[in-house]
Amino acid sequence: MLTKRIIPCLDIKNGRTVKGVNFVDLRDAGDPVELAKIYSDEGADELVFLDISATEERRKTLIDLVRKVASTINIPFTVGGGISSVKDVDVLLQNGADKVSINSSAVKNPQLINDLAQKFGSQCVVVAIDAKQIDGQWIVHLVGGKVPTELNLFDWAKEVEQRGAGEILFTSMDNDGTKNGFANEALAKLSELVNIPIIASGGAGNIQHFVDSFIDGKADAALAASVFHFKEIEIKTLKEALKNNNIEVRI
Amino acid sequence: MKIVIINYGAGNIQSIMFAIERLGFTAVLSNDWKEIKAADKVIFPGVGEASSAMKMLIDSGLDVLIPTLKQPVLGICLGMQLMCNKSEEGNTAGLEIFDVNVVKFTSKVKVPQMGWNQIYNLRSDLFKGIAEKEYMYLVHSFYAPNCADAIATTNYEVEYASALKKNNFYGTQFHPEKSGDVGEQILGNFLKL
Repeated sequence: MLTKRIIPCLDIKNGRTVKGVNFVDLRDAGDPVELAKIYSDEGADELVFLDISATEERRKTLIDLVRKVASTINIPFTVGGGISSVKDVDVLLQNGADKVSINSSAVKNPQLINDLAQKFGSQCVVVAIDAKQIDGQWIVHLVGGKVPTELNLFDWAKEVEQRGAGEILFTSMDNDGTKNGFANEALAKLSELVNIPIIASGGAGNIQHFVDSFIDGKADAALAASVFHFKEIEIKTLKEALKNNNIEVRI
Repeated sequence: MKIVIINYGAGNIQSIMFAIERLGFTAVLSNDWKEIKAADKVIFPGVGEASSAMKMLIDSGLDVLIPTLKQPVLGICLGMQLMCNKSEEGNTAGLEIFDVNVVKFTSKVKVPQMGWNQIYNLRSDLFKGIAEKEYMYLVHSFYAPNCADAIATTNYEVEYASALKKNNFYGTQFHPEKSGDVGEQILGNFLKL
């Protein structure tokens, strides 16, 4: 059976891993290449590198880092942050990234999704969506959750699927950094609405939260950062627990 | 040993190059007939959409060369699919090496299949030392149905061929270069053929 995936996310700023609490108050959690290797050895199914400062500072994602990671690990990884053109993606893929994640640039220029899917295939196009609830509506936000758009999460998810996204990385800004669990209700709704894989993000605090994201949230993969970086949850232990809950995992 | 990765403009080639380096070898990228023909091992990568990849292959003339190669050839992912008779994706004519037609998963399952799934019914030197039910990394929307050329199968909606072999030609739907240590072992097995 196809397994559920556990994906550590390495937020990168100035070549170092950082993790924000609600996207502010950054703390340093180590060297990205070293962490990538550790996670790969511990049984992570994929890795995501998000250059979190990229959109704000118009910085291009670190090509050197991508090459170092690709030469070191033998599991797939996604790179996001500051990607706004076909050319940006071409460079990342050429240097060993397997997928790219686009967020603000997809909202500003939805045609980019079509263009990337056409040129590189849907399998490498992850559309990241940050959303939070405003008056009971899930509203898409940009720039690390700072800028609200007029887009509804579910409408946008459907649109990105139709435009050729291969996967959706949904971060609930309401849950991110809280360690109170994933936004399972919204996740389940998303998973039923679209027919591409959904990665749950935002809110992981304990093992049960991952179990819930897969069972209640119907997520295909779950992403987290600080619980892994600060060793609050070991990936091996997490996967054993998921297996004991009859969730298919790669061990 | 001379390892050539066919360069026709498609595929995440760097990952394969790095995986080969981790196994202690080096590979060269080439679209040169002479260089490809002289190689000990040939790898035929591919990601993206079938008809545009096939067009690039035809434009470079490599569609004629590949079926005539005599050394071990490994098609990966879309590379494997292009080695089949034809593909539903873009109604694409293939290289007709593997006697099977590539079709699409239905919407009963999430498409693409993305992630780690098990390989069964292993029957080839490619899987020497590899246990049944190992997990491999797969990303695909189209698949080769189980057939006489299958040397491994995987379940996703149906039991389909996740690896194929005909004479000196091998194909894997999964990405050995991205499937952890076991995947690297399979790639290593290919290089030892």
